[in-house]
Amino acid sequence: MTTAGGEELPKKLQLYSFFMSSASFRVRIALNLKGLDYEYKAINLFKKEQHSPEFLKINPIGYVPALVDGDIVLADSFAIILYLEEKYPQHPLLPHDLEKRAINYQAANIISSSIQPLISLPILQYIGENVGPDAKIPWIQKHVGKGFAALEKLLKDHAGKFATGDEIFLADLFLAPQIIGLTQRFNYDMTEFPLLSRLSEAYKQVPAIQGAMPDKQPDFPIN
Amino acid sequence: MSSILLTTKGNNGEELPKKLQLYSFSTSPPSFSVRIALNFKGLDYEYKAVNLFKGEQHRPEFIKINPIGFIPALMDGDMVIADSFAIILYLEEKYPQHPLLPRDLANKAINYQAANFVCSSIQPLIRLPILKYIGENVGHEEKVPWVHKHVGKGFAGLEKLLKYHAGKYATGDEIFLADVLLAPYIIGYLQRYNFDMSEYPLLSRLAEAYIQVPSIQDAMPEKQPDFPIN
Repeated sequence: MTTAGGEELPKKLQLYSFFMSSASFRVRIALNLKGLDYEYKAINLFKKEQHSPEFLKINPIGYVPALVDGDIVLADSFAIILYLEEKYPQHPLLPHDLEKRAINYQAANIISSSIQPLISLPILQYIGENVGPDAKIPWIQKHVGKGFAALEKLLKDHAGKFATGDEIFLADLFLAPQIIGLTQRFNYDMTEFPLLSRLSEAYKQVPAIQGAMPDKQPDFPIN
Repeated sequence: MSSILLTTKGNNGEELPKKLQLYSFSTSPPSFSVRIALNFKGLDYEYKAVNLFKGEQHRPEFIKINPIGFIPALMDGDMVIADSFAIILYLEEKYPQHPLLPRDLANKAINYQAANFVCSSIQPLIRLPILKYIGENVGHEEKVPWVHKHVGKGFAGLEKLLKYHAGKYATGDEIFLADVLLAPYIIGYLQRYNFDMSEYPLLSRLAEAYIQVPSIQDAMPEKQPDFPIN
């Protein structure tokens, strides 16, 4: 965005994001779907940049992703997405029907509470160091398998083209990064999960998701 | 699966089933959170006990009602909803009395953030099956350090998050979503792990405030039909 005099004005929204972080990916999809312009502020979690004084000054909790919208600083992908949904109602991310909304909340929570926290890098590192390097894959299989099996059951009677109907909603914002991340990071075998496999194929056709992919972000390593 | 049928009376004095049924385990913090929300909204419900220690969540009778098998689960007519956060958001929309979210969007967002801290950063890592795995595969003496590490990290985050927002309660002078998710962890649950709350002055103060609140008192594990007597 530029002024008449040609100088760059700061974009109103800033997203502190790491290209690989599946939680950051969820928020990037939401911003894309709502057509919201934002400044990408890369935080490299491998280099522990979330602990840098500059970042902590803006976001004392130090979590990524974090959204800055004027005076508001918000972390946690779920909170950010629900905030965006109310502040910028274009392209709603939740259906009108209360039952379908509840399905979306549940699906998002299965991902954000039952799967992702258990397969984060620090947890896998702990398992690898304290149980054994061979324990990591079975651990991932167990927790992802349980979560994905739950999602197959939850979404069975509700899915359309996407998770809860024919439009992209909250559930898809959580599902897409999880499935894409697992297949890319661990070559996860999705054959037991036919609905999720089908959704995964559908997500490949969605521009807002494709634009949010890790390899499209400014901090994706070039080599 | 034991249950105590609490019913309302129809016109002829006949017993009518309560519309809402909550599948709950007395000592489980997420179940406690949903009980708090139901109490705040003045919602009557039938308590259906599911003993997680005995693996009752895997029994066919329960799986038939709730294929996902998670506790807590709420049944409202034909709908079954699992997961405490999802249940509470559903209750908030379906039964708007005594709102559990503030109107102010910035404050609402802080509530979502604090609630998810608990649901995504703390609860998933200290659930019984996880602690069982740590105990069996790393060592039984490792369970307490594990709890201290992950709860400590989450609580340190919450202290920072809520510092400039707290009033009498977490995000102001009324009980909201953040309080409902947080309370079950800070009023006694962590004593079994010798967790030292003194490093968390704000949370300690909130705990003192929470135990004065009737809707929270009535939701406490000790008051539930399935609280273990011994």
